[in-house]
Amino acid sequence: MDIRTVDGIVEKYQGKRTALISMLHDIQNQYHHLPEKALRRVALRLKMDFTDIYGVATFYKSFSLTPKGKHSLTLCLGTACHVRGGPKILREVKKLTGIGPGQTTPDRQFSLEVVNCLGVCAIGPVVVMDGKIHGEMTVGKVRRMIGKLKAKESGGRA
Amino acid sequence: MNKIQSASDLYQWREQIRSRQNLEDGVVYVCGGTGCQALGCQKVKEAFEKELAKLKRGRKIVLKSTGCPGLCEKGPLVTLHPQDLFYQKVKPEDVPRIVAETILQGKVIEDLLLEDPADRRKILSSREVPFYRPQMRLLLGNNEFIDPTRIGDYVAMGGYQALAETLLRMKPEEVISEIKASGLRGRGGAGYPTGQKWENCRRAAGEPKYIVCNCDEGDPGAFMDRSLLEGNPHSILEGMLIGAYAIGASRGFIYVRHEYPLALQHAEIAISQAREAGLLGKNILGTGLEFDVETAQGGGAFVCGESTALIASIEGRTGEPWSKQIHTVAQGLWGKPTNINNVETWANVPLILQKGSQWFSTLGTDGSKGTKIFSLVGKVKNTGLVEVPMGTTLREIIYDIGGGPQDGKRIKAVQTGGPSGGCIPASLFHLPVDYESLSQAGSMMGSGGMIVMDEGTCMVDVAKYFVHFLEEESCGKCLPCREGLRRMGQILDGISEGKGDSETLPLLEELAAVVADASLCGLGKTAPNPVLSALRYFREEFEEHLVHQRCPAGVCHSLVRYSISPEACTGCGACQKICPAGAIKGEKEEPHHIEAELCTKCGSCMEVCPTRAVLVC
Repeated sequence: MDIRTVDGIVEKYQGKRTALISMLHDIQNQYHHLPEKALRRVALRLKMDFTDIYGVATFYKSFSLTPKGKHSLTLCLGTACHVRGGPKILREVKKLTGIGPGQTTPDRQFSLEVVNCLGVCAIGPVVVMDGKIHGEMTVGKVRRMIGKLKAKESGGRA
Repeated sequence: MNKIQSASDLYQWREQIRSRQNLEDGVVYVCGGTGCQALGCQKVKEAFEKELAKLKRGRKIVLKSTGCPGLCEKGPLVTLHPQDLFYQKVKPEDVPRIVAETILQGKVIEDLLLEDPADRRKILSSREVPFYRPQMRLLLGNNEFIDPTRIGDYVAMGGYQALAETLLRMKPEEVISEIKASGLRGRGGAGYPTGQKWENCRRAAGEPKYIVCNCDEGDPGAFMDRSLLEGNPHSILEGMLIGAYAIGASRGFIYVRHEYPLALQHAEIAISQAREAGLLGKNILGTGLEFDVETAQGGGAFVCGESTALIASIEGRTGEPWSKQIHTVAQGLWGKPTNINNVETWANVPLILQKGSQWFSTLGTDGSKGTKIFSLVGKVKNTGLVEVPMGTTLREIIYDIGGGPQDGKRIKAVQTGGPSGGCIPASLFHLPVDYESLSQAGSMMGSGGMIVMDEGTCMVDVAKYFVHFLEEESCGKCLPCREGLRRMGQILDGISEGKGDSETLPLLEELAAVVADASLCGLGKTAPNPVLSALRYFREEFEEHLVHQRCPAGVCHSLVRYSISPEACTGCGACQKICPAGAIKGEKEEPHHIEAELCTKCGSCMEVCPTRAVLVC
């Protein structure tokens, strides 16, 4: 972790405390989680208590204190996705990856998140794979999607 | 760009843009909203760029990436002018055809047209789309033709004119009277009269005053605020500017939830363009008005849509609400008067000032004026955003606009108001949608999510879903909400597994009453609504789970069993191939069957069966 990167992020928002959540999003985008050192640096720069920063970092669901996997899988379980079969997709993804929401596979390949509505309800159930939204998901489709990624990763290592 | 320093500068600028727009040769509008992006509109746009570049010089077809008109299900959407054609589900490989045949020769490509589900007639223009036809798209209408990342598009359509006229001709108090007279009520859910809120904030002591646009659209199943901020961000800014003038506020925030990256991006672009044009900052339009806006981002917490939690979040703290003995209009951001309105409320403001409160108050019902945008989703044929005058009946929305049930199933309820609302049974679909009717039926307007449920939706599962949703989103500050919801969730989990006795439902109701009475903020106070409304209208479904260990809708995982109908099965083998557990047995072209002890109930056989022979009960 580079202190200068964190400083750069703080300065991007002119060190304003109102931008704390935005800063934490930027740090997380950079490091795939919120490293303690980065949080301590933000506290120092914003002249805030570390405990307050820790409170914010743990209150909001978007943040993680542990490193995320290489590929992020986000399932929408908003009402529309729920009634259209979202829970079935979740059960399948849990089975395929062996992890639950908020967890990362031991090989750090996949992280699984569940969110409550991405606002693309008209094409639910929705799965976001590495930032790209896939609509009208089925158990079969998600199985193929994850299978493909797994094959690519193991092929890459071989 | 020169700064706009007066109203006449604005008019001049508008005329200049209009004369330079050069739209005569043709325009291709490609929807660039989140829904269409998920369906690959970016590639469609790139294909148009490539194909249009090949055209001969002298013919200039303008390509515009627009906001979301709300018909996401049929995306990517393409509208062509001057042909006035509406193409749906456009793929990049269709683009060369569109350019060669439609744009150059004026020919219609039949297979890209939308089909009227009622009579299979092909629809040419977007105005004739059955989904849009009964609607009154006052707020959403422009999304289809505006590039939200260009202020010029908004100005060319008469944008910021309401602001200019308001600043020149009206005193702040007159603006407030006008909003009051219009009867506009908050679109975030509670329906507080907007003009009254503005007046309270104007009269509150303390400087500076703040205004906030709440785009923390947390209700799952609702996306009208996303569509408005994403598709027409300048209309929101114009509303906020008028509000700032009326209230006497000098700073504003647009709070956008983290799940809406495109809305945030478009809001930021709009702010910087408005600043550059002199429409934000000091001495706006030469009138001495000073006002600036910045964005604030959420972090995935539903409770932050609540006004006091939202304020805490903007201040960079954990989003825990506080008791509302003192309202935010008196003491909000940093203890100063703060007026918070929802995105859709702000979007109505320029319209009211432009067309007059009298016109606005003719729309809707006695107590609920204007139009309301609903997001119609779930088990209905046409899904998407619906804007209708208040007072339209649920039946008109679900059947006339939504086209009724999918796959010939029976619609049994609609859920409105998100986790604070409730389920309204089909027997009450004659109710008009306005603030009062919906709350009398045990639900509420909420921000406008409308989730249609059919016989394949289990009401125990829906009640369980909302309680777990709120249990997870409860900030934990007050005990009734934190522990009460957890206990309600446990009871509902039990019911969904068929566990419980004659005491279970009365206990659930008693607990619900305590949570509603004793919780601190709106989240907890309204949390029992989905459970109570489900019990009120669908009690027999709960009893079916408890008494007969049966889930009539075939949803509750531990009570269902999959089977194959020997009459309907053709023995094609599709299910056998996809089954991950090897639970499906049977010879080719002979009826198959499922071995219950191997079946993991993943449901993939049901997805692939071409003859719908897989049953669940």
